[in-house]
Amino acid sequence: MKVGVVVFPGSNCDRDAVHGAQLAGAQAELLWHEDSDLHGADLVILPGGFAYGDYLRAGALARFSPIMGAVRDHAARGGLVLGICNGFQVLAEAGLVPGALLRNASLRFEHRWVRLTVERRDTPFTAAVPAGRTLRMPIAHGEGCYFLPEPELADLEARGGVVFRYAAPEGNPNGSAHDIAGVIDAGGRVCGLMPHPERAADQLLGSDDGLLLFRSLIESAAATPVGAAG
Amino acid sequence: MPRDGILDPQGRAVESALPHLGIEQVYAIRVGRRIELSVEAADQPAARVIVERLAAELLANPLIESWAIEVLP
Repeated sequence: MKVGVVVFPGSNCDRDAVHGAQLAGAQAELLWHEDSDLHGADLVILPGGFAYGDYLRAGALARFSPIMGAVRDHAARGGLVLGICNGFQVLAEAGLVPGALLRNASLRFEHRWVRLTVERRDTPFTAAVPAGRTLRMPIAHGEGCYFLPEPELADLEARGGVVFRYAAPEGNPNGSAHDIAGVIDAGGRVCGLMPHPERAADQLLGSDDGLLLFRSLIESAAATPVGAAG
Repeated sequence: MPRDGILDPQGRAVESALPHLGIEQVYAIRVGRRIELSVEAADQPAARVIVERLAAELLANPLIESWAIEVLP
């Protein structure tokens, strides 16, 4: 099982994501954004950071990186793609998951621990999360206010597209609609979330709840191989 | 510009500074951005076609932003 973690200019959680995947038992390697193939990766992670300095809009420029063509093809073949924080913003700009991430309602860069409810445990990204378990993970972002206009937002809720929601006691840190912290695409193979599972992958860091997501992802990719990824 | 109905915390922050200036008549401030660029094209309509595509695909996110094109002298 090989995990590919894309490095854009300005990514800064790439090595943590590799480490998280390794802790969960996978092989993991970094993929350069100028490459146009995934070097045989079975699943792809777009990590956190500030790709292209977040100029214009967070994720807007990264979406045109050569590797994004391969990521799009991988998703089209049913391959798994996880976008974390800035990676979520890139997926949203690329239209691979619904919605947009606006400036936090507070106008501040919010960095703190939050709690998440897992709305769907039947996804490849959450299958290893025990029933009823809430997850503790940190956030660190300036643009994480999830937005989707109506009626698309109602449609997203109706199809079970919301996977993670901010929960009490810390609550919604950024003004996201419906407390949404993470969503999944209609095909159920591409997921984006603002909190950082890779920064909560070891008890040394204060929580290893994030490992549950890495484990889910890796076990699911092993169960449903996509064939020779380009 | 942020589309109508979208929370614009920047506009709200600017508005909150107005009392310090003693200005009470201004409200509903919204903050957008202006992008200036040059185009090589046969004529203005041809240039507009290029810039409209650029605006829709990159410069603006149509989900959250509205945009307008202006030709400068």
